[in-house]
Amino acid sequence: MALEKPYMDIPGTIVFDSDVARRGYWINRFCKSLMDAGNRDRFRADERAYLDEWPLAEEQKKALLDRDYNRVLELGGNVYFFSKLFFTDEQSFEQAASAMTGMPREKYREMMLNGGRSPDGNRFKKEWEGG
Amino acid sequence: MAKITAGVATSHVPAIGAAIDLGKTQDEYWAPLFRGYEFSKQWIRENPPDVVFLVYNDHASAFGMELIPTFAIGCGESFAPADEGWGRRPVPDVIGHPDLAWHVRQSLAEADFDLTIVNEMDVDHGLTVPLSLMFGQPDAWPCKVIPFAVNVVIYPPPSGQRCFNIGKAIRKAVESFDEDLNVQIWGTGGMSHQLQGPRAGLINKEFDNDYLDRLVTDPESLAAMPHVDYLREAGSEGVELVMWLIMRGALDDKVEVLHRFYHVPASNTAVGHLVLKNSA
Repeated sequence: MALEKPYMDIPGTIVFDSDVARRGYWINRFCKSLMDAGNRDRFRADERAYLDEWPLAEEQKKALLDRDYNRVLELGGNVYFFSKLFFTDEQSFEQAASAMTGMPREKYREMMLNGGRSPDGNRFKKEWEGG
Repeated sequence: MAKITAGVATSHVPAIGAAIDLGKTQDEYWAPLFRGYEFSKQWIRENPPDVVFLVYNDHASAFGMELIPTFAIGCGESFAPADEGWGRRPVPDVIGHPDLAWHVRQSLAEADFDLTIVNEMDVDHGLTVPLSLMFGQPDAWPCKVIPFAVNVVIYPPPSGQRCFNIGKAIRKAVESFDEDLNVQIWGTGGMSHQLQGPRAGLINKEFDNDYLDRLVTDPESLAAMPHVDYLREAGSEGVELVMWLIMRGALDDKVEVLHRFYHVPASNTAVGHLVLKNSA
């Protein structure tokens, strides 16, 4: 019998459960390697060559090279592992989060200063459909 | 004997640490947040703990995919700040209290809570930002710190009820330690925030303020809240709040609220803060 996953109907959210953690294992191993300054230098010098050292799927490498944040999450990246990459890029969590929402950074910042994204209309996938 | 005298709840956003480290605490953006901690800094100067039992989560810094403990207790002599991708925070090493930590781990094992023992690890912003908020920028932290790491990265984290119960067991463990020690327990993380995906930036003031109310008066009802409610109402990373239940479980049923503060935003996050004193 399958596990119940009542969180699957939350919109715009990927919960890092067992399935996602399995899918993203090497993405997350790669990201964590960037905690080492020497690895960061090697990655910056030749991103593709550094990624080729890891048994990542080609689409995972592409998403990482493109900094396609939401695609990285879909392919199993977890945001706390992933943060090692955007910190390596000298991006803040705020910049990364705004990129994931597709909003310009200033607009995102303004939304946060005005109290953030309301939960109203953002609790269930069905609320996002047809919107 | 050792005694838990007070509890502190606080968010632990990395950008808060950066604001402190880069001298930006008086900037227009940050000043209102740091004002909310003025009382607490004064209070802790006047009521210095010997040991802080600091409940936090590691953000894939010490624990990667290689090894992911649900509950881990730092039993080592000291812990260095982690390099999370931008170099180590310029803060002092954390000095542990191995005797008490080993004592707590044995006591908890006998109470059916099997902890992972960690003697060597670096501690990330989850642990160092609360220390900075409470103690400012000293050359050395003014007390010993026992890191207590909870998995909230891989879903699901331990249930709220288990967190609340482990808090009660931590209290028993501390109170059976012979040395006279003034111990505080801190619960960190939260409040509402979502750092990922198109729904990032979610903040729920109503949820957060209700949580602050009930954490004081009715923590049992919060302990019963399923994880999906945190995810839906308080954002995917809002589930970190279960760690506050560990802190609350270690305090008296009735507590006195010395300080309460709530602020939006710190980067992507709603910041909540409580200082609670055992009323006995």
